[in-house]
Amino acid sequence: MKPAPFEYCRADTLDEALDLVAEFGSDAAVLAGGMSLGPMLNMRLARPAAIVDVNPVADLSGIRLVGDAVETGALCRQADALDSALVGDDVPLLARALPFVGHFQTRNRGTLGGSVCHADPSAEIPLALATLGGDVVLRQKGGMRAVAANDFFAGIFTTVREPDEIVTALRWPRSKPKTGHAFDEIAQRHGDFAIGAAAAVATVAPDGSLAAVSLGLGGIEDRPLLANLADFVGAPATARTASEAAALAADLVDPMEDPRASAAYRRQLVRVLGARVLERAFERAGARQC
Amino acid sequence: MLRIEPGARHRVIVTVNGRLYSGFAEARTLLSDFLRHELKLFGTHVGCEHGVCGACTVNIDGRAVRSCLLFAVQADGAEIGTVEGLATDGVLSPLQEAFRRRHALQCGFCTPGILISATQFLETNPDPTEDEVRKMLSGHICRCTGYEGIVRAILDVAGDTS
Repeated sequence: MKPAPFEYCRADTLDEALDLVAEFGSDAAVLAGGMSLGPMLNMRLARPAAIVDVNPVADLSGIRLVGDAVETGALCRQADALDSALVGDDVPLLARALPFVGHFQTRNRGTLGGSVCHADPSAEIPLALATLGGDVVLRQKGGMRAVAANDFFAGIFTTVREPDEIVTALRWPRSKPKTGHAFDEIAQRHGDFAIGAAAAVATVAPDGSLAAVSLGLGGIEDRPLLANLADFVGAPATARTASEAAALAADLVDPMEDPRASAAYRRQLVRVLGARVLERAFERAGARQC
Repeated sequence: MLRIEPGARHRVIVTVNGRLYSGFAEARTLLSDFLRHELKLFGTHVGCEHGVCGACTVNIDGRAVRSCLLFAVQADGAEIGTVEGLATDGVLSPLQEAFRRRHALQCGFCTPGILISATQFLETNPDPTEDEVRKMLSGHICRCTGYEGIVRAILDVAGDTS
């Protein structure tokens, strides 16, 4: 297993990277950490004419506060995000999701932006970003746009990124007071692709009712999915509400089927994992009893 | 900007275990193959070549990473640590010694990668729990030992045999 021949182009600045993707268009693959692109090249599932290596581009790194959001550069390594106090304090859902992403050795190299661009339906980072209602920031020559994560993912391994665009950063809304976060998944082995994953964010009012609640589901359909739980705002933040909300979500999904799991199994995962993460999020938001 | 045409051979200079090496690589040459075929450093093993088995793990600029998921040209100028660099003057490192004592290897195919991972893991996490050690080891596949000896060896060095 070796990659097919390609032209290697190393961009040292963002402008150089944008010139290169404009030149090659859909014949180029942008190389960040390479933890997904590398296997695809080695197995020759991907045979791009050119690789645009953006690793030296300093503008794509870093973690910073920008208004009400934490902005992570597209090249921010998963290990650095996991070690970041800013991420731990202000984007706890991401901090809880990252230990499920691959392994210690792949998180050392793998990036947040690369995972979002790869758009594996079972990937944890896209799921966390979509559940929080975050944005993907894209640049092209002479232009820039921010796309809501929920509009960015278009299907399996497919996003709305144009071939001449580069994802430069992700914007993660900062956690609000009295808000709890939880993440869990079922995989055949720790670090393997999730068969199903669930992420929950809940804000609990002083009277113990839900002021806001989100449940995101990964690995169930062809992209990260947000369950519509609007009817549960105002409901008591209890274990019973958690399982009712997860049961509703399970009724509404249209799960994928593959050799690892049937659609019925994935629907059951939504019920079980959904209830589990919602209940944990309620507890962490300070709900008195669950 | 650097551009390397398909098939062209590019000079790559790296420091491996403190010693400077120079060799040639095509753009598509994996770092794992460059270490073995070009630099003749056969300590790093190659298993799955898609980042799952962990046999090819090396330390680059202080971090344990998969050398099968990096191109040699990306490592130009890097400081690389491989299993050949762990022993000093023929004396095994404490971790290697613990692997021997605890029978943490049989065929030895996975061992170079595990030693590199565990060395960086213990640098950043000197007193891990058994659960943390097992999570770190989830990035490696060993088909001989059942992992028990490996876990014990790492905990020995961490000063925790509980």
